[in-house]
Amino acid sequence: MSSGLALISIFVLAVFVGFEVVSKVSSTLHTPLMSGANAIHGVILVGAIIVASHSDNSLQLTLSLIAIVLATINMVGGFVVTDRMLEMFKPKKAQSTKDSAADKSAPQAGNQAGEVK
Amino acid sequence: MSRDLYDLIGLVAAICFILALKGLSHPKSARRGNLIGAAGATIATLIVFFYGDQLPLKHLPLILGAILLGLIIGVPAARRVQLTQMPQLVALFNGVGGGAAALVAIVEYLKLGEDAAKSGGAIGAAVLIATIFTVVVGTTSFTGSIVTFLKLQELMTTRPVIFPGGRFIIAGNLLAILVCSGWVYSAADTTSVMVLMALSAIFGVLFVLPVGGADVPIVISLLNAFTGLTVAASGYVLEATLLIVAGTLVGASGTILTRLMAEAMGRSLFGTLFGAFTATATTAGAADTRPVKSGSAEDVAILLNYARRVVIVPGFGLAVAQAQHTVRELADLMSAKGIDVAYGIHPVAGRMPGHMNVLLAEANVPYEQLVEMDEINPTFPQTDVSIVIGANDVVNPAAKTTPGCPIYGMPILDVQQSGNIIFLKRSMRPGFAGIENELLYDPKTTLLFGDAKASLTKVVSALKAL
Repeated sequence: MSSGLALISIFVLAVFVGFEVVSKVSSTLHTPLMSGANAIHGVILVGAIIVASHSDNSLQLTLSLIAIVLATINMVGGFVVTDRMLEMFKPKKAQSTKDSAADKSAPQAGNQAGEVK
Repeated sequence: MSRDLYDLIGLVAAICFILALKGLSHPKSARRGNLIGAAGATIATLIVFFYGDQLPLKHLPLILGAILLGLIIGVPAARRVQLTQMPQLVALFNGVGGGAAALVAIVEYLKLGEDAAKSGGAIGAAVLIATIFTVVVGTTSFTGSIVTFLKLQELMTTRPVIFPGGRFIIAGNLLAILVCSGWVYSAADTTSVMVLMALSAIFGVLFVLPVGGADVPIVISLLNAFTGLTVAASGYVLEATLLIVAGTLVGASGTILTRLMAEAMGRSLFGTLFGAFTATATTAGAADTRPVKSGSAEDVAILLNYARRVVIVPGFGLAVAQAQHTVRELADLMSAKGIDVAYGIHPVAGRMPGHMNVLLAEANVPYEQLVEMDEINPTFPQTDVSIVIGANDVVNPAAKTTPGCPIYGMPILDVQQSGNIIFLKRSMRPGFAGIENELLYDPKTTLLFGDAKASLTKVVSALKAL
């Protein structure tokens, strides 16, 4: 199989996987799912790093560095904002007040910074 | 690192993305799913630096600096954004992703063009087509997302923007993109690809302008799927399997999600997207001067005090007024008085599906009290009072009775069947979709004007006094 055909096969199979994984989703989760998928396409960062590292002139380098900045914002921002949304859905044991909710966000923010680089 | 090992680790990252999407589809595993996705993205980003001989890693300090800059911009934006403004932030994140994909394709195109000129060869046809696709769709996604951001942030009108001859302008724009694509295909130079980018940028704006406020989430979801496909196409150009898998997953799942969202909102996907071609400028209804019944906080408190069942219908206005906590206080007070309280959540309450659940969860509203539309609708005839707080379009009976109005066909919460209806509104201004609501003139309706939080605070103290 030629390399072009192999890549196209991967593409076609991934289409079917993509269709299958999200067949039934409650409307409550539509926004976090969109936001999470949005963060995943931030993986274009990998592409941006590849083109930046073999660019030979200042135009190519400038464009690819802009691409790296944009892709990083997309990827990291996307995962952080999705986590913030989903944090709201976690079951709450006690009927806590606003203040304790504010307390909880502090250590959780630390986790995110460690998780996403 | 050998190419085989690199691809193997890339496969792990791809599996992480599949598990992430799967996890995000179920409430219990959603948060873990997102973290798995983040782990996959981290792995993918780290290993590219160990690509070895395939990647000369020139400009390493600049690359790391650019990543750092992205982190400095992205993380605080995501952490500090108010929950009410989350939808437009997601739109922006999607837009910059599309922009990044377009830039990657352009740089690779320029590079391949130079190499081909040096060696006297030519760029492969499939690579050229993938490049053109990425530039066109990525740039469209970039500018389109910025317009959706402006709409959601209400920096521009939320109504559909329709201008005379719009469909001819769009058709002309598309034709120009097609011609320019041919130019890019035949002449591998900088000018052609820059012109293509500019034309696509214009198309993104023209594509989103005619979309009405209520349909904006569907468009964001669609642009998200588009961006996924551009990432896949640039993966083809760069022969990076992981980009193909990740991009395609997002493209395919995003398409399904867009359809699910349109269904939940009772919108036709086709009508939403091709509104630009079919829309005719609708005449804005003449300002209504019919009398409405407005009441005081005390009137509302008395009404609530003698109710047995109350349904609260929260809308975006509630979030804008930051009244989630006051609403919960009112609900707790009513529950303490033995009144049966539930929240009726419309699938698109807020600005996006599920947005309202996030906002109420932030105020620690018990999850069991949040009832979805299909479950709460049959209970409205047994409901004594419905309190509509900062919502409008989601309870507008015009969606059922007025064919041709922008929200016709959208499922609504049937509050008109309850005994009494209380509207907390800032003014008589119509909702996001810009349509007059007949329900405001219903004899069963009492209006309480003012800021939602201030009004609710007054109702709470009046109810306590009873």
